[in-house]
Amino acid sequence: MKTFAYLSAPDVPSAVRAISTEPGAKFLGGGTNLVDLMREGVEAPDTVIDITRLPLTGIEELPDGGVRIGALVRNSHLAANQLIRSRYPVLSQALLTGASAQLRNMATVGGNLLQRTRCLYFYDGAAACNKREPGSGCDAIGGFNRGNAILGASESCIATHPSDMAVALVALDAVVEVESVRGTRRIPLVDFHQLPGTTPQVETALAADELITAVELPPLPLAATSRYRKVRDRASYAFALVSVAAALEVEGGVVTGVRIALGGVATKPWRAHEAERVLLGAPATDESFQRAAEAELAPAVARSQNEFKIELSRRAIVATLRRLLTEGGAA
Amino acid sequence: MRVNGVTEKVDLSPQVSLLDALRGELGLTGTKKGCDQGACGACTVLVDGERINSCLALAVQYDDRDITTVEGLADGGEAHPLQRAFIRNDGLQCGYCTSGQLCSAVGMLSEHAAGAPSAVTEHLCDTDVVLSDDEIRERMSGNLCRCGAYNGIVASIREVAAP
Repeated sequence: MKTFAYLSAPDVPSAVRAISTEPGAKFLGGGTNLVDLMREGVEAPDTVIDITRLPLTGIEELPDGGVRIGALVRNSHLAANQLIRSRYPVLSQALLTGASAQLRNMATVGGNLLQRTRCLYFYDGAAACNKREPGSGCDAIGGFNRGNAILGASESCIATHPSDMAVALVALDAVVEVESVRGTRRIPLVDFHQLPGTTPQVETALAADELITAVELPPLPLAATSRYRKVRDRASYAFALVSVAAALEVEGGVVTGVRIALGGVATKPWRAHEAERVLLGAPATDESFQRAAEAELAPAVARSQNEFKIELSRRAIVATLRRLLTEGGAA
Repeated sequence: MRVNGVTEKVDLSPQVSLLDALRGELGLTGTKKGCDQGACGACTVLVDGERINSCLALAVQYDDRDITTVEGLADGGEAHPLQRAFIRNDGLQCGYCTSGQLCSAVGMLSEHAAGAPSAVTEHLCDTDVVLSDDEIRERMSGNLCRCGAYNGIVASIREVAAP
């Protein structure tokens, strides 16, 4: 690991002040991704600003019925929170399927949103990777790409976003609050992560000197009937091949509210707008679920080893909606 | 650093992991380095009672926390109930993952006692989930055992969870 200067920020103003004057600095939260990437040489900050002592660890109910989650809330604490378990079970489930209990005890909400792809070529310093080294090419496209994206990719990059939590959050219309010396701004999560296009090194709408301070969930009654389904190579402690976050509201046999997002298949946490559009107002039947899944996956592009993800996604979407219809949510 | 109830002054570079500080600086070699990338769980220790992977933690981040390693589990000369259960149930073969398994199991049992759900919990809002073998396996999935002593590990934890 390259040597670096370390400082620990006692409060938000000093954290954002410090990063505004240190161009080569990075914020350090739980470290589960950044420390690993620093050890691999993929990340090499000159200065590490430890933010784990900032007072951003609260989970509060808002007057409008929404919930405000501090950026440094640990993934495990958020998953176990009763407000989240009862009102937004899809978020609790998504968190619990991510990583291991030890990692969830370290990982923060803000850090989870900013984690980097696990594409093998991004980690391998000897490989071409436009995300790690812009302009160097993409060895994943003609290489071992079984785990790579079928949605939102470009000829520059087919890396998936690895988060489970963010998939649930993007389905729930979450908003990210960020702070810098210039002030505070709010970014809808659906606009937070960027498609790779020709600049896969640009992953989010966050400026280099901005700090995530909170994530807010709007009041969303249909989220009480929600679930997260994760399909992976082993039963636990693995990244998603395909995951589905979904919430469903049905009245008189007709879909009156629906939220769907996909993980493991796209270059960013993938809100399935097209599937939602097909379902809203449609009869809550297997046939509608199939049509919705097919509409969402119509633009999918398979690479040499990941064509199975298209069919797997279709089945996972249908199965998740069917279970919501017949059994209700996970709460 | 406060480790197993003892405060020691150590002078470390910021890039030193908690794992390397425990083993190299404090001589507490019970905590093992397996993958050094958060994939195997051999380095699991408890921080303020919560289990973490010490390989992905920088020691400087934890200078004001209470750290417990496998050396701190026993009560004086009396082994921890989980340690005794692992011996009774053949919860180990080579033993390399064992200290991580033990610390992880201690953390897991207190998470369970606090009402935390897991990914296999049927109803997420339940706070008194029975620790079935499926629940134990899911909650312990962050600790790999290449000898495959899983059946003994699960049996040991089951025995201590519901004596």
